[in-house]
Amino acid sequence: MNNKRPVNLDLFTIKQPLPAIASILHRVSGIIVFVGIALLMYVLDKTLASEEGFAAVQECLDGTFVKLLLWGTLAALAYHLVAGCKHLLMDMGIGETLQGARTGATLVLIVSAVLIILLGVLVW
Amino acid sequence: MVTQVTSFGRSGLSDWVVQRVSAVILGAYTVFLAAWVICSPDMSYADWTELFSCTAMRIFSLLALLSMIAHAWIGIWTIATDYLTPMSFGKAATKVRFLFLCVCAVVLFVYLIWGIDILWSVK
Repeated sequence: MNNKRPVNLDLFTIKQPLPAIASILHRVSGIIVFVGIALLMYVLDKTLASEEGFAAVQECLDGTFVKLLLWGTLAALAYHLVAGCKHLLMDMGIGETLQGARTGATLVLIVSAVLIILLGVLVW
Repeated sequence: MVTQVTSFGRSGLSDWVVQRVSAVILGAYTVFLAAWVICSPDMSYADWTELFSCTAMRIFSLLALLSMIAHAWIGIWTIATDYLTPMSFGKAATKVRFLFLCVCAVVLFVYLIWGIDILWSVK
């Protein structure tokens, strides 16, 4: 192999195939969940602390902005969970071919999209 | 072999296993909690605290909390070592990455203490 060939590692100049998009979304959703855990733990803290806190959170969840914030966090969590399941299946040797990876990425995007819509229905 | 002192288990294979085991625990906890919430549409404060005050749930929640911290650290470390590199930050890369990982470690420590406090405050 000719070592003098140029190497391009600039992700923004490379056309990303579907499995690459599914993979980067897994990372992005992971970071969103890392931050969003604070919101989920805050909700858990308030709702468990007292009857008033429980009622206050329920009231707070009527606000559109809070609904969006919660939906966003749950959406990232749902995507991360679905993409993680694909990861575990691939670790077991399922869907490791090029075609398998494409099918897997497509399935992850479809299943998580459905879940995210259902979560939206649940939140609203 | 260069040992990565900032990785979770100081070896790639150990991190790989911890990442997967914690993922399964977190997946089980998320699905269980989601199913419980969906199955109790008229949930009251009493139902909610009853769930979290039982010992099995406390153990499950603590397990999930510890799994989340290990899982998040490995993920954050992977992302930091992939993107906060000399290619994007030049000579300052090591400092930037170290600082970023320090901030994340503090956040995860806060999550740990806060989480234990929440779980053990339930009457």
